[in-house]
Amino acid sequence: MVKEGLLYTKEHEWVRVEGDSATVGISDHAQEMLGDVTFVELPEANASFAQNDPMAVVESSKAASDVYCPISGTVMEVNSPLEDAPELINESCYEQGWICKVQMANPQELDTLMNAEAYGQFLAEQS
Amino acid sequence: MKLVFEKSVPSRKAFRMGPRDVPSSVSIDESLLRKKPADLPELSELDVVRHFTELSRRNFGVDTNFYPLGSCTMKYNPKVNERIASYPGFAHLHPLLPQLRMGGMLTQGALRVLYEMDRFLCEIAGMDGFTMQPMAGAHGELTGLMIMAAYHRSKGTQKKYILAPDSAHGTNPSSAAIAGYEVISVPTGNRGILEPEEVRRHLNPEVAGLMLTCPNTLGLFNPHIAEICELIHGVDGLAYYDGANLNAIVGQARPGDFGFDIIHINLHKTFSTPHGGGGPGAGPVGVRADLVDFLPVSVVVKRDDGTYALEYDRPHSIGYVAPFYGNFGIILRAYVYILMLGKEGLKRVSQNAVLNANYLKEKLKDHYDLAFDGVCKHECVFSPTQAMLDNDVHALNIAKSLIDRGFHPPTIYFPSIVREAIMIEPTETESKETLDRFIAAMIEIAELALSDPQQIRDAPVTTPVSRPNETIAARVLDIASIA
Repeated sequence: MVKEGLLYTKEHEWVRVEGDSATVGISDHAQEMLGDVTFVELPEANASFAQNDPMAVVESSKAASDVYCPISGTVMEVNSPLEDAPELINESCYEQGWICKVQMANPQELDTLMNAEAYGQFLAEQS
Repeated sequence: MKLVFEKSVPSRKAFRMGPRDVPSSVSIDESLLRKKPADLPELSELDVVRHFTELSRRNFGVDTNFYPLGSCTMKYNPKVNERIASYPGFAHLHPLLPQLRMGGMLTQGALRVLYEMDRFLCEIAGMDGFTMQPMAGAHGELTGLMIMAAYHRSKGTQKKYILAPDSAHGTNPSSAAIAGYEVISVPTGNRGILEPEEVRRHLNPEVAGLMLTCPNTLGLFNPHIAEICELIHGVDGLAYYDGANLNAIVGQARPGDFGFDIIHINLHKTFSTPHGGGGPGAGPVGVRADLVDFLPVSVVVKRDDGTYALEYDRPHSIGYVAPFYGNFGIILRAYVYILMLGKEGLKRVSQNAVLNANYLKEKLKDHYDLAFDGVCKHECVFSPTQAMLDNDVHALNIAKSLIDRGFHPPTIYFPSIVREAIMIEPTETESKETLDRFIAAMIEIAELALSDPQQIRDAPVTTPVSRPNETIAARVLDIASIA
């Protein structure tokens, strides 16, 4: 399922923009491909990332996968409940399973991301 | 079946010490003594023997069933390997003996095995020197990368990156990272192989080397291998051959002739020594002539008088990477295997491994999706068809269904570039009859996945435990057997 109103990357991260803050998570397609998530390595608060830098790791019983920062900026808040309940990514990838909130350094980079429709098409082409 | 702890009966014993008839002269500090006895099972000798015999009857291995585990080369281990390795002259040798004064003369047989194995592997791989020390494939990778780093250091060049294709075994990037390099993952092209164009695109003067498995984890040989090695040499990088899939080409072609500079060989795969369950493995590392000085010490040399000795005077060596000489018992088994087969026999190994894999591929490709069509080498990668996935039948379910039919599940969900991968490697030791039974089972599963998917989703039903909860096991790590 692709959620409307979010932006997406080719690496299957999603971004929710509120003012100059971007909430980041992984898409439903990503969590489905990974299977049951067993561990999430969250970024540190106040860490800075450039666009496409690996910022977190999501591990499942099948694979360990990097999460790439969809947009340059500084981490303001991380979703620490994921440390004890990584299954939130499977159960609620767009809501409770968010990974972190980034204060955007360069909001123009948002233009490089896909909207829900374009991401849906991208997924269809991939399969 | 009960756990051995659940069978425990208070004060039951397998052995009773006689009563002490002399006064105790040992006094142990109170703080060092246990406050209460260790929580160990209390059982008779017969209880223990029956418990472990029953457990052993539930073992599943190459000696009991077909084990088509892709990428792992679970071939049959000829029993002659075991017989020779159990000779007391080998099995009871102390590893310090050749290092003691005059001890070398008492260990000439073992030293000769190490020396000749070095020569054999050089001949097989097209290299100029080997170390037997690395204890497993990944350990060999790290050793090879340390040699690569020593080479670049000796030339005073600054190197930062290792190239590895995205189809690589996970050990490649992790070995590179532990050796201090950054990894550049190079995407696999549409043909399922690493394309020279992609290598060129990712190449820069700070590239220390490339790690490549060939044939790769899709079972495909790369026809551009010589060109790719040349590209790497063009920036004074070194080409590292991951020997995980050497079984596909052993006796036919030599990585050194393609242009590779460093190689590790998984003896436990290609040369039929026991593995699975964590080892013990052996991952000897070979290098081209100008890298020989960097090999770990000690090195076994043959003196002019025909005797063998350990040599330590290697000032450029990267040092020890393992205690003593590696897993000697495993090296010895592989040595026996090579001697028993000879050059002609080794050629037939790879011929039959490739023939068996292609036979399976042709028979199954109408029933499952084939990631990359064409002639494969020693293994091939399938996926469930879309109709199976629509029925909620995934690679995992297909693998579990094979257990009920008497086969070890193949490797699944690897390589990660293939969705729902099912990676099958039959090896050369299986007969056509066994392969046909496996094919029949796979076809039956494919049909049931469409007609009765619930049966496939419920598998296995014939095992003592059906489906352990792998997610809980990974999320809640608890490895203590005693609470």
